[in-house]
Amino acid sequence: MVRAIAILIGAGFVAVLSWALFWSIQGVITDPPAPTAVDEFHLHPKEVELASNGFFGTYDQRQLQRGLQVYKEVCSNCHSLKHVAFRDLTQLGYSAAQLKKFAADWSVKAKQFDPKSGDTTERPNTPSDYFPTVYYPGTGNPPDLSLITKARHEGPAYVYSLLTGYRDQPAALLKKFPDAKVPDGLYYNPYFANLNIAMPPPLTQDGQVTYLDGTKSTVQQNAKDVAAFLTWAAEPNLPTRHAYGLAVLGFLLFFCILAYGAYQNIWRDIKH
Amino acid sequence: MSFPWAKHYEPKSGFTKWIDERLPLPRLVYGAVGAGYPVPRNLNYFWNFGVLAGAALAIQIVTGIVLAMHYAANGGVAFDSVEHIMRDVNGGWFLRYAHANGASMFFVVVYIHIFRGLFYGSYKAPREMIWLLGVTIFLLMMATAFMGYVLPWGQMSFWGAQVITGFFSAIPVVGDTIRIWLLGGYAPDDAALNRFFSLHYLLPFVIAGVIILHIWALHIPGSNNPTGVDVKGEQDTVPFHPYYTAKDGFGLGVFLFIFAALLFFAPNSLGHPDNYIPANALQTPAHIVPEWYFWPFYAILRAFTVDFIGIPAKLLGVLAMFGSILLLFFLPWLDSSPVRSANYRPLYRIFFWVLVADVLVLGWCGGSPATPLYVIISQISAAYYFAHFLIIIPIISRAERPTPLPNSITEAVLAKKGGTSPAHTALSGSAVPAE
Amino acid sequence: MASGNTLEVPRQDEPHHDGEPRRRDFLNIAAVAAAGVGGIAIVVPLINQMNPSADVLAQSTTDVDLSKIEAGQGIVTSFRKQPLFVRNLTPAEIAAADKVDVKTLRDPETLAQRTRGQKNWLITLGVCTHLGCIPQGITSGEDRGQFGGYFCPCHGSQYDTAARIRKGPAPKNLFVPEYKFTSPTTVTVG
Repeated sequence: MVRAIAILIGAGFVAVLSWALFWSIQGVITDPPAPTAVDEFHLHPKEVELASNGFFGTYDQRQLQRGLQVYKEVCSNCHSLKHVAFRDLTQLGYSAAQLKKFAADWSVKAKQFDPKSGDTTERPNTPSDYFPTVYYPGTGNPPDLSLITKARHEGPAYVYSLLTGYRDQPAALLKKFPDAKVPDGLYYNPYFANLNIAMPPPLTQDGQVTYLDGTKSTVQQNAKDVAAFLTWAAEPNLPTRHAYGLAVLGFLLFFCILAYGAYQNIWRDIKH
Repeated sequence: MSFPWAKHYEPKSGFTKWIDERLPLPRLVYGAVGAGYPVPRNLNYFWNFGVLAGAALAIQIVTGIVLAMHYAANGGVAFDSVEHIMRDVNGGWFLRYAHANGASMFFVVVYIHIFRGLFYGSYKAPREMIWLLGVTIFLLMMATAFMGYVLPWGQMSFWGAQVITGFFSAIPVVGDTIRIWLLGGYAPDDAALNRFFSLHYLLPFVIAGVIILHIWALHIPGSNNPTGVDVKGEQDTVPFHPYYTAKDGFGLGVFLFIFAALLFFAPNSLGHPDNYIPANALQTPAHIVPEWYFWPFYAILRAFTVDFIGIPAKLLGVLAMFGSILLLFFLPWLDSSPVRSANYRPLYRIFFWVLVADVLVLGWCGGSPATPLYVIISQISAAYYFAHFLIIIPIISRAERPTPLPNSITEAVLAKKGGTSPAHTALSGSAVPAE
Repeated sequence: MASGNTLEVPRQDEPHHDGEPRRRDFLNIAAVAAAGVGGIAIVVPLINQMNPSADVLAQSTTDVDLSKIEAGQGIVTSFRKQPLFVRNLTPAEIAAADKVDVKTLRDPETLAQRTRGQKNWLITLGVCTHLGCIPQGITSGEDRGQFGGYFCPCHGSQYDTAARIRKGPAPKNLFVPEYKFTSPTTVTVG
C-alpha cells in the first residue's frame, strides 16, 4: 500500500517536472537567452602577486605602509575604513608615538556628542579610535573598504584589476550592443560587475603618490600596494592564522600517525 | 546490551562500586561506547562517520557558546560584533572560523553518514527507528544551520532569511500571516534576528537529545555492517572499546586534519563574499545562493517553474523541496528487499551511484545562477531524485535478484582475506613475535 | 562459524598486559597522550577569549585636563570604565591630611605617597574598596563624611582628604592608579 501510494506520488512529481521541463526547453527554443554586454565583456580579475598569498603567506610591512599612504592620499576622500582602528597600524611597523600623531593629524575628526548641550563637536582622533566614517554626498555609494577584499570574489586581485582596469568603452561592444553606451557620469571598467562604475579613475598618472620609502610610484605599483593594504585591513590576523595553522597541521599529522599505529596495534590479531 | 556475550560492567574499586549502586552512569557508558557493546568486526571506515558527526556537534556547541559571549543579536550592531570577534577578541578569528567551517564539516560528515546508511541498507528492519531519528536530526540541523547563517547579518544572511521565510508564504490563504508571524515584522529585522539567535542556541541541545535517542535505538539491534548480514555469534563481533575507539581515534585525527586545513588556510572558501557586506534591506545581491549544503534542495525548489493544474509553481517548489527530505521518513517501507547491503544487490547498487551523481548535479545547479540551462538540468535531476525514492526503489526491491549472501560476518571476512590460517596482521616491520 | 577457532577474539579484560606494558603498547599510550596534549591545547583559546579584547585594552589610558579644576573642587571622569576622582585639594585639606599620624591608619600611607609630586592633585579611583560602590564627596555639595574626604553611602565607609580609609568596613584606601603629568595641566592615567 505504501509503495503503491509512493509510486503514484512519484509519478506526480515526475509529471509536474516533465511539464516544467517541456516549457523550459520550449522557452529556450522560441526565446533563446540573448547574450548581454556583461556576459561578453566582463573580465575575470588579473592575478596579483602578494606576499600574503599561499600557505606561508604573510604581510610585507613596507608594502602595507605604502598602501596605507595610497589609501590616505587617494581613497580616503570617499571611502571609509570603519572596522580598522588607528591602533591596528602598529602591525604595519609604526611606533606608538608615530601612531598617535598619525591619528591626531587624520583629516576627518572624531565626533563627540555632548549629552548636556546636545551638540556634536569634533576632536582629534586617538589611537583607540576607529577610522572615522567618510560621508559622500556625490553620485554612487562608495563602499566601506575595511572588508572589501573579502566581500568580493578574489578580493585582492579584484581591487588591483579594478584600479588599473579603466579604459575607453571598446568599439566592438558598442557595435554589438548599441544600447549599452556608458551612461553619463559613469566610467567603463570591465572588471566591475556591470561594466559601468560611478567611481572616476582614482589613479590617473604615475607619481600621483610620492612614496616615502623611495619605491618608484607607478599606477600599477599604487594599485598593488593598496590591494595589499586592504587585504591586511580585511584580515589582519592572517600571519598569525598561517603560523598557527602550520603548527596545528603538524601536530595533527603526528597524532594521525600515532593513532593509526595504535589502531593497527590493537587490531593486529583481529581479521576484519 | 543486546547480545548475550556482551560483557558486563564490574566496578573495580570500592568507590566505583559505590557510584554504580547509586548512579550507574559508568555502567551506561560502558555498555554504550565501552567494552560492553559488541560491534561487528568487519565495519569499514564509513562507520567512522557517526562518531565524527557527534564530534562535529560538540565542536559547534563549544565554539558557539563562546561566540555567544561576544555576539550581539541586534540589527544595528550584529555585523560589527562579528567583526569585533574577528579582530579584537582574543583568538576570536579562530573561534568564528571554526564555527563557520565546522558547520560545513558537520554537513559533510552527516551526508556521508546518510549515504552510508543508504548503501548498506541501515534503514531497514529492525533499524527503522534509528533511521527516523536520524532524518529528524538532519531536519533540525538544517533549521539550526539556516538560523546560524542569518546571525552575522550580512547581505546573504538577510536575503537568506527573506527567501527562506518566503517559503511559508507559499501556503495558501494563511501563508503571508505565517511568514509575518515568523519574522515578527514585514521583513527580517531585529525581531527576527533575536528569535533566530535564541533558537539557534536552543536547537543544538535538542539535536544532542535526539542523538541520545538515535544511539539508544542503535543499541537495541546493534550496528549494521558492510555485509548487512545479522550477527550470528560472538566470533562476529569485537567489543567497541578498545577496537572501535582506536579506529575512531584515528578517524577523528584525519577529520581534524582536514578541518584544520580548511579553517587555517581557506576559511572563506565555502562562504559567500556577499556576507561580508552588511545587510541592506534595499538592495538584493545579484546572485543569491544558500550555503553549499542546501544547494541540492535549492535546485529542487527552483526546478518548479510553471503552474500545474491550478497549483502555483511557488507552492509546488516548496512542497517538493520539503517533500524531498520528508520522503526519507518512508524509505524503510519503500524498500522491501530483505537484503540490506548494496554489495549483494547488483541493480540497486547501480541506482545508488546514479543517485549520488544526481545529488551532486543538483548541488552544482543549486549553487549556480538560475539560467535556463541550469534550470533544465535541475528539472531532469529533480525528476530522477523523486523517481529514485518513490518509483525505482519500490520496484527494484521486488524485481531484483540479489547475489548470494555470506552465511555470517566471519565467513565474509575469511573469504575476503582468503586465509584459513590465523595470519598475523600486526604492524609490519615489528619484530615482536606472536604469542 | 566452522573457523571460529582461528578467529577467536582475544579476551580483552587485560589486553596484552603480562605484567609490564609491552613495547608496542607504548604506541597506544603515546597516541592517548598526544590526544591529551591536543585536548589541553584547545582549551587555551576557549579560556583566553574571555580576557579583555584588544579594543578594551586600547582604551586603558585616559588623559585628564586639570586646567579647569579650581582648588577645593573635583571632577569625576572615566578610566577603564570606572569612575576616576580628580580632586584639587585646598591647603587646609592638605594640612589636615598631613596632620594624621600614619601609624594609626588601617592602610598606612602619607598624602605624599598618594600623589605624584604635586600634593594638591589627588587622583584616585572612585570605587569603594569595600564592595565597589561610588563614594560621595567629589562633587561639591555631596556628603564628604566626618573626615572631609569621601563617604560611601552603601555601607558607611569614611575616607579622609587623602582618600584614606578612616572608618567603616572598607579595608584599603581608595586606589591610586598609575599616572604621570604629561604637561603642567594634563595627566595621563594608565
